[in-house]
Amino acid sequence: MKHQDEYRDPGLARLQLQAISEAISGFDRNMVLMEVCGTHTMAIYQNGIRALLPEQIRLISGPGCPVCVTPVGYIDRAVALARRSDTIIATFGDMVRVPGSSTSLLHEQARGATIKIVYSPLDAVTLAENNPASDVVFLGVGFETTTPTIAGAILTAEKKHLKNFFVLCAHKSMPEPMTALAVDPDLQVDGYLCPAHVSVIIGANAYQPLVDRFRVPCVITGFEPLDVLQGVLMLARQVVAGEARVETQYRRAVKPDGNQRAREILYRVFESCDAQWRGLGDIPDSGLRLREEYSRYDAERALPVMVEPAVEHKGCLCGEILKGKLRPVDCPLFRTTCTPEDPVGACMVSSEGTCAAEYKYGDWGLGAGRRSLPDSSPQPPVPGPQPPE
Amino acid sequence: MCLGVPMQVKTIANEMAVCEIDGVRREASLMMIDDVAVGDYVLIHAGFAIEKIDEEEARLTLQTLRDALDMGLVPE
Amino acid sequence: MKSDIILLGHGSGGKLSHELLDDLIVPILSGIGQRDQNDATTLAQQQGRLAFTTDSYVVDPIFFPGGSIGDLAIHGTVNDLAMAGAMPLGISVGLIIEEGLAVSTLRTILEDMRVAAKKAGAKILTGDTKVVPRGKADKIFINTSGIGVMEHDLKISGSNAKVGDIILINGTIGDHGMAVMASREGLELESDISSDSAPLNSLVADLIRGVGSQLHTLRDPTRGGVATTLKEIAIQSEVEITLQEDSLPVNSTVAAACAILGLDPLFVANEGKLLAFIAPEAAEQALTIMHSHEFGKGAAIIGEVTSATKGKVRLQTAIGGLRAIEMLAGEQLPRIC
Repeated sequence: MKHQDEYRDPGLARLQLQAISEAISGFDRNMVLMEVCGTHTMAIYQNGIRALLPEQIRLISGPGCPVCVTPVGYIDRAVALARRSDTIIATFGDMVRVPGSSTSLLHEQARGATIKIVYSPLDAVTLAENNPASDVVFLGVGFETTTPTIAGAILTAEKKHLKNFFVLCAHKSMPEPMTALAVDPDLQVDGYLCPAHVSVIIGANAYQPLVDRFRVPCVITGFEPLDVLQGVLMLARQVVAGEARVETQYRRAVKPDGNQRAREILYRVFESCDAQWRGLGDIPDSGLRLREEYSRYDAERALPVMVEPAVEHKGCLCGEILKGKLRPVDCPLFRTTCTPEDPVGACMVSSEGTCAAEYKYGDWGLGAGRRSLPDSSPQPPVPGPQPPE
Repeated sequence: MCLGVPMQVKTIANEMAVCEIDGVRREASLMMIDDVAVGDYVLIHAGFAIEKIDEEEARLTLQTLRDALDMGLVPE
Repeated sequence: MKSDIILLGHGSGGKLSHELLDDLIVPILSGIGQRDQNDATTLAQQQGRLAFTTDSYVVDPIFFPGGSIGDLAIHGTVNDLAMAGAMPLGISVGLIIEEGLAVSTLRTILEDMRVAAKKAGAKILTGDTKVVPRGKADKIFINTSGIGVMEHDLKISGSNAKVGDIILINGTIGDHGMAVMASREGLELESDISSDSAPLNSLVADLIRGVGSQLHTLRDPTRGGVATTLKEIAIQSEVEITLQEDSLPVNSTVAAACAILGLDPLFVANEGKLLAFIAPEAAEQALTIMHSHEFGKGAAIIGEVTSATKGKVRLQTAIGGLRAIEMLAGEQLPRIC
């Protein structure tokens, strides 16, 4: 596949790894790099990258899973909508197994709800067109890669004068959560692998304020294995040299100013708002909601339902996982009470959640070799860069 | 939400394109990008083309991957 | 057949039932005009051990590129017998039909079954037909059970894999699942991906003849794909399996469709593939045997049984990394992340 297979070459991978080793030789402590995109989480696990990197480099997962950071109450409202008569819930596959307070959409389907998995929000618009007697509610979750596509779908619904198409919104934006993380004194992150496709939309310059304020390097990195390795190399070189810049590894698609047209469409339909991030709390200006002129498409306003009070499961440590403070193996529920078949929190169920990925692809228990079983107690904090005065 | 696949534009009609990769074809909206021609490679996400792939930058990236051991950083 | 659609009466046991059997089902499936009036078909005494299997088919859509529920129902049961090293003696067919199904649709499915059985050298010996009211079944459900004979003493079993065994597959992975998924409404992918639905009994016969007792395990990676099947065997045989990602044969169109939908071909269903665990000294020979067979042209060595750590499957990734393969909780779903 063009523009994909070239970035999987094992020989070039070996070169990157060699360069990474050389870059950090003489570096006298651990280097902690955080990725903030679920697709990076998946790419790193699927390609077995952690097993290849020098032990000194620790790759951790931040709040990059939009499904994981969606409050439990959102699922509960989606469930309540699913239980309405003549209602079709259209959703990306990612949402279907996520646990709400007492049930999930998959369970509701077994109880009779109509849940349709779609590949594109435009398919949900088509569903609305073809089912005029039903209300079609699209579950709008995602970062800036996806939100413009939902804006596009709403504009399409508007052009077709559809009265039965709605979106239940929980859109989030980048890079605000990275700021929320960076101000936390307990968090020690030497550099960020920034999300490829979000950055296609928001542009490389969007990370400059973060770099200016916290002096932490940011490298916008693609999702192919060679992209990830090159991104790690670029970060490692900056950290070792004590630099803090925005760099773009994913140059073939990310421009400094991103995709203005996409942002125009996005902000025509949506506006910035404060948002609740599961595990991180409220973060100002980190969400996107429908503008007043498009509020008729807002499922929450247009289709009122009784929603059960949100119940966060006791003992669920998804919040700490999302902040990168704990690894899945550090959570006592991991693999015991909390499994993909019986998840306590969304990190286990969402296809790119940190815990789901570790459960499916983690190299725990692979035994002999450089990668030994991780120990069960949290690692002591490693000395890291001092925040600016 | 970030899965994006590079696909080649085969036909264009009214802001919609039929795109293809390795024999798989799918319609995608061109609402978000200007200036697309048949034959261009675009990044497809959730049924929309979100950016054109810059062939020259792609070539440069592959070059720097090959030159990884040079002490120079990625050229600006 | 007077009606152009299946009616409840066609399953009631009365005149309409006889019409359905005599005009359509029996002539097509058994190739003869007369129906055995007894409740059971009798079989002659057999030389060798018997194998017995059953499977039900509920695939949607019922017609997809490369096959239909009909040929799936025959191939699936023939293949289950073959995975035990048994050649098919006879198959039973149980049909549960939704009221309103077009007779022409049923006819096509029955024809597909006849052709598949003939190609596999299997006889359809008995069957049953029921019709349920509209909405109580999705067009048609089929159950097939099969009896097979093993004219050898080999123990071919999921618990028989040994450390050092080489793992072979007879061709590309993920074709069937993607052919079905691509034709499902809502995902709108156009491609020429075709199901790999095929009978594997003669390929198995060739392998048994060629390598005999060095063939330890056979299994067809249907639902859950190659990954799930290998995990099952790793658990049953209490061994560890290592797969090589860059040895996995994947059709590039299937790979592209998987990439778009966010699916992993390792977990996508196959209907004309088998995984064979062969003693290392016979692996090359087994590969040659597969390559000489109609359904083994794309055969490849994809991994080996690497140690006695119970139940683990690991994948050496294309760039040299390592990852663990686990069973999925449920169906693999398309994702956007």
